[in-house]
Amino acid sequence: MANLFASAGSASSVSGPPSGSDYAADSIFRGLAWISAALIIALTVYILVEILREAGPAMQAHGVGFITGTTWNVNTQQFGVLPEIWGTLYSSLLALFLGGSFGIAIAIFLTQDFLDHRVATVFRTIIEMLAAIPSVVFGLWGIFVLIPLLKPGAEWLHGQFSWFPLFSTDLAGPGMAPAALVLAIMILPTVAAISVDAFRRIPYKVKEAAYGMGTTRWEAILKVMVPTASSGLLAALVLGFGRALGETMALAMLIGNANQISLSLFSPANTLASLLASTFPEAGQLEVQALMYAALVLLVITFIVNVLGLAVQQYTIRKFEGKK
Amino acid sequence: MSDFDLTKAVETARPMPQLARQGFEVRALKSGLLTGLTWLAALIAAVPLVSVMYLLLVKGGSRLFGADFVEVLTGLPPAGFELGGGIGPAIVGTLVMVGIASVISIPIGILAAIYLGVLEPRSWLANTSRFLAKVLTGFPSIMAGVFVYAVLVIHWGYSAWAGGIALAVLMLRTVVLAAEEAIAQVPQRMKDAAYGMGCTRTQVIWKVVLPTGLPGILTGVLLAVAGAAGESAPLLFTALFSNYFISELSEPTASLSILIYNFSGMPFPNQIELAWTASLVLVLIVLMFNILARLIGQPKV
Repeated sequence: MANLFASAGSASSVSGPPSGSDYAADSIFRGLAWISAALIIALTVYILVEILREAGPAMQAHGVGFITGTTWNVNTQQFGVLPEIWGTLYSSLLALFLGGSFGIAIAIFLTQDFLDHRVATVFRTIIEMLAAIPSVVFGLWGIFVLIPLLKPGAEWLHGQFSWFPLFSTDLAGPGMAPAALVLAIMILPTVAAISVDAFRRIPYKVKEAAYGMGTTRWEAILKVMVPTASSGLLAALVLGFGRALGETMALAMLIGNANQISLSLFSPANTLASLLASTFPEAGQLEVQALMYAALVLLVITFIVNVLGLAVQQYTIRKFEGKK
Repeated sequence: MSDFDLTKAVETARPMPQLARQGFEVRALKSGLLTGLTWLAALIAAVPLVSVMYLLLVKGGSRLFGADFVEVLTGLPPAGFELGGGIGPAIVGTLVMVGIASVISIPIGILAAIYLGVLEPRSWLANTSRFLAKVLTGFPSIMAGVFVYAVLVIHWGYSAWAGGIALAVLMLRTVVLAAEEAIAQVPQRMKDAAYGMGCTRTQVIWKVVLPTGLPGILTGVLLAVAGAAGESAPLLFTALFSNYFISELSEPTASLSILIYNFSGMPFPNQIELAWTASLVLVLIVLMFNILARLIGQPKV
């Protein structure tokens, strides 16, 4: 008996307060986690500071004229990115128009009981696989499939409607139309995924109430579901737009890298990201500084668009989850 | 008294509604038309994927599944008019740089996610870094290249290190956000039970949170790896390209995506064929990680 009680306080007991080494391990581990979280902030700040520092000389040399200038000439030291800003916005808007409408249509298709649950899952996986295909592969596909496919149609449109600004030039090879089409394909999964999320957040009874009042399926969708999900759909479009702005490789391969401003769908153009991709590897010191300035312009544009999109998305989440 | 007929007044004021749906009502037709259009939109959206997959298998597969597949997978890229050749250095280079990126970003990402998800989810530090991770997700991937160029390449030249670090910058945000989401799914009761038994926070994390959240974390990590393998913009002016197998990490390094980019612009059919083959290999690598991620992340019944 005495032995039994004696062992209760000894080292063989299973319980006890955390030992000194437990405390030490705890503080070290938590310190590491704190450092890692802080590292994300540090990294973001470092990226900004570094690009600002490298762009500094070019910002002093060119000032606002950099944004309004239209020539990019290394020999005369003239750098202006207005055509690239135009090309970035124009291609992204075209892509948003196409990819956005198809993306939202697909989100409706996947969430509004058009398909059996399992078929919808398969279809959603296919759309997600579309997002996984690397940008360069789409670029390759665009060069060898899309451009030859578009050429006859572009020729005909140019021949018949050359007075119309959108068709004022011929498609010689790379150009705005193939670039915007591939861009649309690439942002479609983003838009579709965020829109699906927005439709899923709507409580089922909202739809039941609409059907109960005798609406047809599309009256329920257009008059009840879409307005209810509208802020989520807006977030999907804004974030899809943000993706389109920064897309690089497919555009560098398809847009033609021509420094000009044109409304025509078939003329070559350029974007900020593809300007970086195509000129950076061979740039001299002064040109690198100008490119850093261009990167900064792109950074500011995408930052504004993305923060806007995140804000709208956050608002949507609060709207549905805050009222419980 | 009863010159006011109640039933009659109602009848004239509001005739009985026709509740049954008419066969060819405009509303019903409109709904049917829109349904047809939606099906059409879904089918059109599937066309590019099918077309890309088909061409990859036909054009890329002809070399990859052909007689000289060993040379294609291990050979050096051909020059000019040279026939044959392969994409060996690019495959190795991609794997090496994705490896570097994973070693850097996965531990930091998971540790940061632990801080954001378990240790201090509501603190100023957590909110700020969560917001910045989301903002970083929207950053163009070429920015990682520009950043690493400014920090490393200007001083030490093009290298596999620079490429790997650029990919790590991109992977970090994905790992952090996915791991945090997985960690947040761990029920509070399980953590409370562990705290109640006198565990330190570190013990709770290692013995409860991480094992429970592991499938979700792995899914996020594998998706980040898949994304990094397919990236090309950040490698363009950090790792550059090389025609030879990697011998040192401080040298310019080949990668599949840059090989595709370079070869797609060449006028030689052999190079273009190899670009398709490289695309097929790249897509297979990316899809493999994707499918693995899905299998692991599937909710257990």
